Amino acid sequence: MTTVGTVTVVGASLAGLHAAWGLRSQGYDGRLVVVGEERHRPYDRPPLSKEFLTGDADPGEGPGHLALTDPEEEAELDAEWLLGVRAEALDTAAGEIRLTGGRTLRTDGVVIATGATPRTLPLPRMAGVHTLRTLDDAIRLRAALRAGAARVVVIGAGFIGAEVASSCAALGLDVTVVEAAPLPLLPQLGEEMARVCAALHARGGATLLCGTGVAGLRGGGRVTGVELADGRLLPADVVVVGVGVRPVTGWLEGSGLLLEDGVRCDEGCVTALPNVVAVGDVARLARPGTGHTVRAEHWTSGMLQGAVAARNLLAGSTVEPFDALPYFWSDQYGSRIQYAGRRAPGDTVRILEGDPADGGGFLAVYERDAAPTAALGVDRPRPFMRLRRELARAPRPAGR
Amino acid sequence: MIPVCRIEDLPEGESVRVEAGDATAAIAVFHTGGAFYAIDDTCSHQDASLSDGWLEGCYVECPLHAALFDLRSGRPTCLPARRPVTTHAVTVVDGMLYVHPSVTAVPGDPVRTAPEEAVA
Repeated sequence: MTTVGTVTVVGASLAGLHAAWGLRSQGYDGRLVVVGEERHRPYDRPPLSKEFLTGDADPGEGPGHLALTDPEEEAELDAEWLLGVRAEALDTAAGEIRLTGGRTLRTDGVVIATGATPRTLPLPRMAGVHTLRTLDDAIRLRAALRAGAARVVVIGAGFIGAEVASSCAALGLDVTVVEAAPLPLLPQLGEEMARVCAALHARGGATLLCGTGVAGLRGGGRVTGVELADGRLLPADVVVVGVGVRPVTGWLEGSGLLLEDGVRCDEGCVTALPNVVAVGDVARLARPGTGHTVRAEHWTSGMLQGAVAARNLLAGSTVEPFDALPYFWSDQYGSRIQYAGRRAPGDTVRILEGDPADGGGFLAVYERDAAPTAALGVDRPRPFMRLRRELARAPRPAGR
Repeated sequence: MIPVCRIEDLPEGESVRVEAGDATAAIAVFHTGGAFYAIDDTCSHQDASLSDGWLEGCYVECPLHAALFDLRSGRPTCLPARRPVTTHAVTVVDGMLYVHPSVTAVPGDPVRTAPEEAVA
């Protein structure tokens, strides 16, 4: 791609912003447009389920200190911001993006960074039922938790669910977390470590109910309770549904791009079209030599993919693969959980430090054939970091 | 002036977190490259303790998101951090290490521990 023309980043997110920065830092000096469905400039989402909910200071209506850019950086980026505007369709043959209201945008290159949206359950719409993804979601939930709510039911004990439950417990609310699986975070952590992390709920004063689904909601216009599949009824003033996300690809139907639970890309974030790349939660990347693809919903992946995708977009093909070690963290009930690596079912767990049973934190390594595959730390930031670095340098386990 | 520890208790490559009292944020003190440095302990990006970070030369990497800070200036050298952390002066008196909490972010001069540059 030449440096003249237009590149449009669809998604004013962490990943989208880093792609925009990546384009500029790698010499792209053409027109740069950022389209964002939300009304806000890019902001950092991880605090929304944590200190944003528990903090005393009124967060106001904007991103405030969560903003990922300041005016100086925005000036430097020299982008046109179309905020509160949704991309409705991509016509790759015409090189056009159709926006809300029928307006079209001519573009030579596209960075798809539309992220993901919370999955929902087949439940009636009722006041008091929340999901948490965006800043506006968090503003609404924060207000609801402070409007006299006493009992909160969180549906789903994944990271968002656990962090929201933890924040509610910190606010002194009565919290019950309902998880359909036998244990939360089983696919991510494996049974042994999932059991350890599940124990954090009880330690933090929340009740965790596993192995039961949700049958329905009680209430008229406003929710009063959650009916479980096993017949139990949980009274609730506020319900938070945290049952995962699905990538936002609806606007790409008919674009000719391959959509498979995300936008299919090669290992360098490039789609079947060399002038269209995808980054962040929406991107499903090839992993050569493994026979599978991966769509990461991790903050760090979103951030790091931006620069790689920008480089490959400007080069016209993949000259740099994205191969960062998967990493995520979660803050729950005063404990910091950190995970890095590529665990697979059947990997064994070895405790390197501390004792998972005593609540004082620990460091664990996952292994296959005596080689480390992943690391898990609870309140062990320093040795975890050392292990994470070793994993990043170690040869990749076969097939992962 | 806050006492940190005896200099022999903070060997090369190590760091320590110092509670600076209610009015001041916690401070991280590092011993690296033959010098002591002190900066705010909390990463300017998100809540993480830089004294738990990875020390390499005059830089510390945040243990949460790998933001890199220059210990001499407090300035981040890569994303995700964009704001500097405050640096603090360090002195050694009779083998005892002290930090002098700054009020505002100013580049702090490291205290050399090499004998010819020792500050007493």
